[in-house]
Amino acid sequence: MSARALFSSVLTALGLAALVSAMPPAQAADTPDPAADAKAFRDYFVKKFPKVKLDDFVNGPYSMNEDMRRQWEEKEQFPPYEFALEAGKEMFATPFKNGRSYADCFANGGIGIRQNYPMFDAKEGKVVTLELALNRCREANGEKPYSYVKDEMASLTAYMAFTSRGKPFDIKIPDDPRALEAYQEGKRYFYTRRGQLNFSCATCHVQSPGERIRAETLAPALGILNAMPIYRSEWSGMGTISRRFTTCNSQIRGVPLEPQSDEYRNLEYYLSYVSNGLPISGPGARP
Amino acid sequence: MIRIIGAAALAATLLSAALTPARAASEDDFKTAYAAADAAEKQAGALRNQWTTTEAALAAARKAAEAGNFDQAAAQAKEAEALARASIFQATSEKEAWKALEIK
Repeated sequence: MSARALFSSVLTALGLAALVSAMPPAQAADTPDPAADAKAFRDYFVKKFPKVKLDDFVNGPYSMNEDMRRQWEEKEQFPPYEFALEAGKEMFATPFKNGRSYADCFANGGIGIRQNYPMFDAKEGKVVTLELALNRCREANGEKPYSYVKDEMASLTAYMAFTSRGKPFDIKIPDDPRALEAYQEGKRYFYTRRGQLNFSCATCHVQSPGERIRAETLAPALGILNAMPIYRSEWSGMGTISRRFTTCNSQIRGVPLEPQSDEYRNLEYYLSYVSNGLPISGPGARP
Repeated sequence: MIRIIGAAALAATLLSAALTPARAASEDDFKTAYAAADAAEKQAGALRNQWTTTEAALAAARKAAEAGNFDQAAAQAKEAEALARASIFQATSEKEAWKALEIK
């Protein structure tokens, strides 16, 4: 190779290197992009159900089935969650033995804040759900924690959700790699098949919303947590998000994880984030 | 001639095996099968992917063993091990396979 040819080759290589470095960095295929995920998630459901108004997805199966919707609208005249709502309001206002109350543990005295949960706690480096925050509040004030799945916890969260009705989910993912990892882990859990039936959350709530599984009409994943907690006729009572997650796992013949395990906290983080902008409608009622 | 004797010996062996009743499982057989199932289920637990059916088969194995029915106990334990191994396979393959379901 002549000196001239060598010089020309070096110049070409340098030019290419400069061009590459000037280009924006390509995002690796596996790098989480929550905003893009949320848009794709919403677009999927809007395209799949063009007749359903965006905000109506929070009404779960009632947005998919006109007959069920009419029955539900009639039931809402005397909603089955009303007793829990009243009980929750009273519990929320009742001071702990030390004189403090739930209001002391939350921003804005705990009123109208449901839409901000779950949130990422930078100090702990983990996701904190409303249910977890309520029990931590109790323990910090010398009270025993409640069961995560029903009864008192369902009543308290029912009241707090009620004070947020109509407010859009506003879940934040701070600029913290641990928050992004929690989100990604939640997403992974949502799409991972488990249990002897080999179902993922997405099998029912992405691939089959509106379809029946035995006697139930499956709810769309978009807005699925906005109505929580819920009164379920199947349960003959109220249930929290923890109850929903654990029973979903049991139904596909998987051993449920412990309520408020990291996996469930991350799952709630993911599902809530991709429903950002949709209104809180809880407490809700479901068949 | 040697070939004929060999064939006759093989036929006799097979006939004998077919006519001999299967040996009943002993307590040791159950314990061996249960230990294998329990170890596999613990592995599934470490992967956070146990199945309710595995737990049910393990419980049924223990119950049968307590009643002295080691045939059934060993059979249930083997069933539990097979289920646990399937759940391990599921958890392992899903480490990458979940991405195929993702909305993009």
